[in-house]
Amino acid sequence: MGFKALGLETCPAANAAEAAQALRTLTRDSGDYAIIYIEETLAAQLGAEIDKFKDSPTPAIILIPGREGSIGLGQSALKAAVERAVGTNILGD
Amino acid sequence: MASTAVTPTRMVLNQLKGRLKTARRGHKLLKDKRDELMRQFMDVVKLNKQLRIRVEDGLTAAFASLQVASSIMSPEMLEQALLYPRQSVELGMTFKNIMSVNVPQYSFHTKNNDPSEIYPYGFAQTSGELDDALDKLARVFEDMLELAQVEKTMQLLAEEIEKTRRRVNALEYVMIPELEGNIKYISMKLEENENSTKVRLLKVKEMVLQDAHHYK
Repeated sequence: MGFKALGLETCPAANAAEAAQALRTLTRDSGDYAIIYIEETLAAQLGAEIDKFKDSPTPAIILIPGREGSIGLGQSALKAAVERAVGTNILGD
Repeated sequence: MASTAVTPTRMVLNQLKGRLKTARRGHKLLKDKRDELMRQFMDVVKLNKQLRIRVEDGLTAAFASLQVASSIMSPEMLEQALLYPRQSVELGMTFKNIMSVNVPQYSFHTKNNDPSEIYPYGFAQTSGELDDALDKLARVFEDMLELAQVEKTMQLLAEEIEKTRRRVNALEYVMIPELEGNIKYISMKLEENENSTKVRLLKVKEMVLQDAHHYK
């Protein structure tokens, strides 16, 4: 809600189905949106949809903690990328 | 190891030697590329880790302030206050080339540059907590943009490293040993042919001499 005041476009979604629908609408004409921020709690249920965009330069889908605070999904994306590149987790946590 | 599909001729041997040379050079180049990509990747990962922590802390604090604001003000008032944004953000995107990987670079312009101008409402009917929450959000937003850039870079680099690593391994453990095996097979075969030719000539010479001089 607060992001709207900053001039960002917001797409409210109450559940995973609505979020998936919103994500599809946003990404349909690729190039319109460069960055999409999505709450971790919703992203947790949209793994496949988000993974589709992992290897394309746009859009960047970034997980942010929701109102309830971080559940560590954002950090796990970092870990996954390291594991993919190096073959093992070398961050030590 | 050496597949029997190769014909043991000098021409094929030369071809294989050329291919081995190319494979060796490609392997060396790809290995260098992988190492450099990995170095860049580790820098990006470190940066990403810091930014991620900063953004998550910042957002949690901002949401907490927003929660306080929404408990003080009525939901309708809050919604009304935030309904129409005064600020607008324009996001520009260019690509930067890191080791032939195109990574996005974001640049953004805000319509209002004065940080006190972001509040889309009058101060009379809203609480100070809301101002506080928006201020925190605005501050964390720059980090969020940088995080987006760094995280995307990280993902793209990870993909490229994975690809490069596979290529290096395929060359090192499959292509090059196979070529070497084939070359060895052909050169051995050629040597064998040479030996048998030599023996045959010796034998023929002996027979000819016996015919001419009736040697016993």
